[in-house]
Amino acid sequence: MIEFIISPDGVAVLLLLFLLGAVGSALLKNNDELANYWSSFFAIAGSLWGVLFGLGSLFAARPLLFTIGAFPFSLLQFSFLIDKLAAFFIFIICLIALFCSLYGIDYVKHYYRKYSIGSLGVFYNLFIIGMLLVVTATNGLFFLLAWEIMSVASFFLVIYDRHEPENIRAGQLYLIMTHVGTAFIIAAFLLLYKFTGSFEFSLIRNGAATIPGSVKNAVFILSLVGFGTKAGIIPLHIWLPGAHPAAPSHVSGLMSGVMIKTGIYMMIRVFLDLLQPFPLWWGVVVLITGAVSSLLGVLYALTEHDIKKLLAYHSIENIGIILLGLGSVLTFLSLQLPALALLGLVASLFHTLNHATFKSLLFLSAGSVINETHTRNMEEYGGLIKSMPQTALLFLIGSMAITALPPFNGFFSEWLTFQSLFQGIATPNSEVIWIFVIAAGALVFTGGLALACFVKAFGAIFLARPRSDEAKHAGESSPFMLAGMWSLGALSLLFGVGSGYVSQALQAVGGEFAAFQNLPSPFLHTEGGWIAAGGFSSVFAPAIFLALLLALFAVVFTVNHLISRQQTIKTGPTWNCGTDLTPRMEITSTGFARSIILIFKGILKPTMQKAVEYRDGESRYLPKSRMIKLGMNDIYEKYLYEPAQAFVLKFSLYAKKVQSGLINMYILYILIALLGVLFFSL
Amino acid sequence: MNIIFDILQPLFVPLLSPLVLGIIKKIKAKLQNRQGAGVLQPYRDLWKLFHKDEVISQDASWIFRMAPYIIFAVTLIVGAFIPIFNLSAFTAPFGDLLTVVYLLAIGTFFLALAGIDTGSAFGGFASSREMTVSALAEGGLIFSFFILALVSGSTNLFTIADSIIVANISSLQPVILAGLGYFIVLLAESGRYPFDNPATHLELTMIHEAMILEYSGRRLALMEWAAANKLFIFMTLGANLFIPWGLMHTFSWGALAVAVAVFTLKLSAFCCAIAFIESGLAKFRFFRLPDLLIVSFILNIVAIGLIK
Repeated sequence: MIEFIISPDGVAVLLLLFLLGAVGSALLKNNDELANYWSSFFAIAGSLWGVLFGLGSLFAARPLLFTIGAFPFSLLQFSFLIDKLAAFFIFIICLIALFCSLYGIDYVKHYYRKYSIGSLGVFYNLFIIGMLLVVTATNGLFFLLAWEIMSVASFFLVIYDRHEPENIRAGQLYLIMTHVGTAFIIAAFLLLYKFTGSFEFSLIRNGAATIPGSVKNAVFILSLVGFGTKAGIIPLHIWLPGAHPAAPSHVSGLMSGVMIKTGIYMMIRVFLDLLQPFPLWWGVVVLITGAVSSLLGVLYALTEHDIKKLLAYHSIENIGIILLGLGSVLTFLSLQLPALALLGLVASLFHTLNHATFKSLLFLSAGSVINETHTRNMEEYGGLIKSMPQTALLFLIGSMAITALPPFNGFFSEWLTFQSLFQGIATPNSEVIWIFVIAAGALVFTGGLALACFVKAFGAIFLARPRSDEAKHAGESSPFMLAGMWSLGALSLLFGVGSGYVSQALQAVGGEFAAFQNLPSPFLHTEGGWIAAGGFSSVFAPAIFLALLLALFAVVFTVNHLISRQQTIKTGPTWNCGTDLTPRMEITSTGFARSIILIFKGILKPTMQKAVEYRDGESRYLPKSRMIKLGMNDIYEKYLYEPAQAFVLKFSLYAKKVQSGLINMYILYILIALLGVLFFSL
Repeated sequence: MNIIFDILQPLFVPLLSPLVLGIIKKIKAKLQNRQGAGVLQPYRDLWKLFHKDEVISQDASWIFRMAPYIIFAVTLIVGAFIPIFNLSAFTAPFGDLLTVVYLLAIGTFFLALAGIDTGSAFGGFASSREMTVSALAEGGLIFSFFILALVSGSTNLFTIADSIIVANISSLQPVILAGLGYFIVLLAESGRYPFDNPATHLELTMIHEAMILEYSGRRLALMEWAAANKLFIFMTLGANLFIPWGLMHTFSWGALAVAVAVFTLKLSAFCCAIAFIESGLAKFRFFRLPDLLIVSFILNIVAIGLIK
């Protein structure tokens, strides 16, 4: 069985299942219910197959390499390579797609008779196909095709809820940004083609030694920008906080949990696999990018009161953390410290997996909340823990995982990232120490601020009293939605407690790269559930988990059954200095984050507009109404995107002059072009 | 004998922490020319609270009800994972500095959520302030431990203490700087002056006392006790990592006597320092606190510069 799954036929079955889902949904588009079940069934079946396929290939002895069909156009080959890295990403994609699809069965019901469920099914399945092809393609042109399938399908998913003008705007920005990114990627591949003569990754890898250094550097910058746009690094992130919230929540979970990781996958593939060796400054650039993205990502998240935008900014933060791991890999490799580099690679891959689980969990539970309250504004929530206890618990698990609280999975990948940054500070090479100090400092503060941000989010959504009627009448999520979320919550705990074994598997993924082969003594030890970074430090997840359980049980038992046995508990109103208590007296998410925003006002540039209307315009003693509007200055739009847009506009005006509309002119252009070509070819 | 110590290891912190509070209060009373309550008063307070009935807000959810148990349990575990008297505790392999820091963060997380849960204006603002302070304190906290890890080549707290004891005196300059940075964080994390006033909840910039304002009875006792544990943990870490001399390697009655005597001396010094600061210094304005916390971070960065 497993031999069949991990074979070219297995890949074909995998893709066919999703394709069937897409085609069937298109045919069934007149019946919402049937289209929903059809598309969900095939998405779930395909994802299950993919999870098995990914796991099987992860532990397979050798990579799977094959080509479908032979094309007369020799540059484009549909060639697949499923090595351990690709298998790992297939596993993540299908794992998250599985639970998001499960959740989707009930979630999309509120779109019935409003939008076409059939077309949602088409793009949803195509989107997953696109992502799977992206991580398996091993030909540059084939990869670009897959990349386009993924981008365009996700664009249609972003604008699915098309009656909101805001969503259309977000979708347009996404489409533009993703294609700007693709342009950079195309340029990178063309450069590689020019110097190696092929789009096949294997031939590029073999020819990498012949590529001149300056061209390699250009490819590095181009692909960092191109893939970074998809991954959402700051300052290329501006599409992300708009597009992720606009999509249906289970798609947001997939986009934030998985799609942005394809950018990370390609960075690993291109930098680590294809372009070895490289200069030291590559790693430094990636480290700084990671530091900036993580710290600014979490700061912007703190300013948000739109629940999905808040989560989207946390995706930027976590991409930053992954890049901190990846940056240390590149730096250690150019310092000839492969043992340390492997530690960093395990850290970044582990965080990729972890972020996929807990971020999709958070998006799904946020989706449930939005479904019940019909708003994304956290100021209108409150007290939902009473009406949605399970969703609240799951959001709590997601929050604890993302803020790296043990025993959940986020802690262990951040622990690994910290270790690789600490090792960077401890290296005798003095050039990069301060870069690592900056990176570790950014990670430390990111951790602290993320904790504050999720206290804010959980508090504003689930605690205290409802602040709107919608929140008062909310109910628990439907069974399929809960099933999807519970599975992801369980995985967050499982990957945490089993972190030693996960790291072991990831070390094998890293071991496949040429740089890490025949490593005399790996720095990272993973035996029996332990994770140990050399002799420097070690952590044992099951002990932490058991200790927490035992201590909690001991405290509850001792206090309630041994010490305070006879005491009674009364309930009463919250004390409020004797005044009437209203929901307006609770802290809001804006109020909660205000002090941090003011402390970081140099970066965040908060704005405050005050307006007062007086009863008597002349005397100005008795105000009729006061209004305060708090906002943020978007420094990227102001200093980067607006100038860029102005430049493009101005340039287009000049370019317009060429377009006279006279056919004679155009014939003249053709003649000039022809003469030019002739002249150059001579 | 080791086995008895192993059993006692998780209990040292909760058993001794109220005493530390009592001593600080006593010194403060003396400095104010008062007689003050006996040093055992905190134990009596806890006993009294455990036997009182409780009133819980009708807006409170299970977060509010469970938080005291979780927070207390976390301090128990952290107490077991740190070196107190002996360096050969059975929990030594688990005493990783990041694990300890993030376990304590669980406590902070639930404390802040419990503050919001009852929907009072006091609790919510206190949680906001607590999270602001603890987010900014994180830098100084992790980096001051990390300086020790750099000097000693390990992030295990027991190994750190062990190797600082035998370290060359001249290599301890960065440790002194890190120790100063750590002391600032200690004051911030345990809610003492100039960050927070532990004596009252009726002040405008109150933090910890306002978060637990709605608690009564056994849950209040657990909250107060957990706060005392946290103070004790931070003092112990300061005493046993930055000035680890006197810790017992292997059991002997002589070594134990020395360890207990030296530990008492070190903690008394910490108590005196805190009491003097609280008697001689006004509480800082809230927006001055980041400056202090950044100073702690920068002290550590300078310490890294000294190592390299």
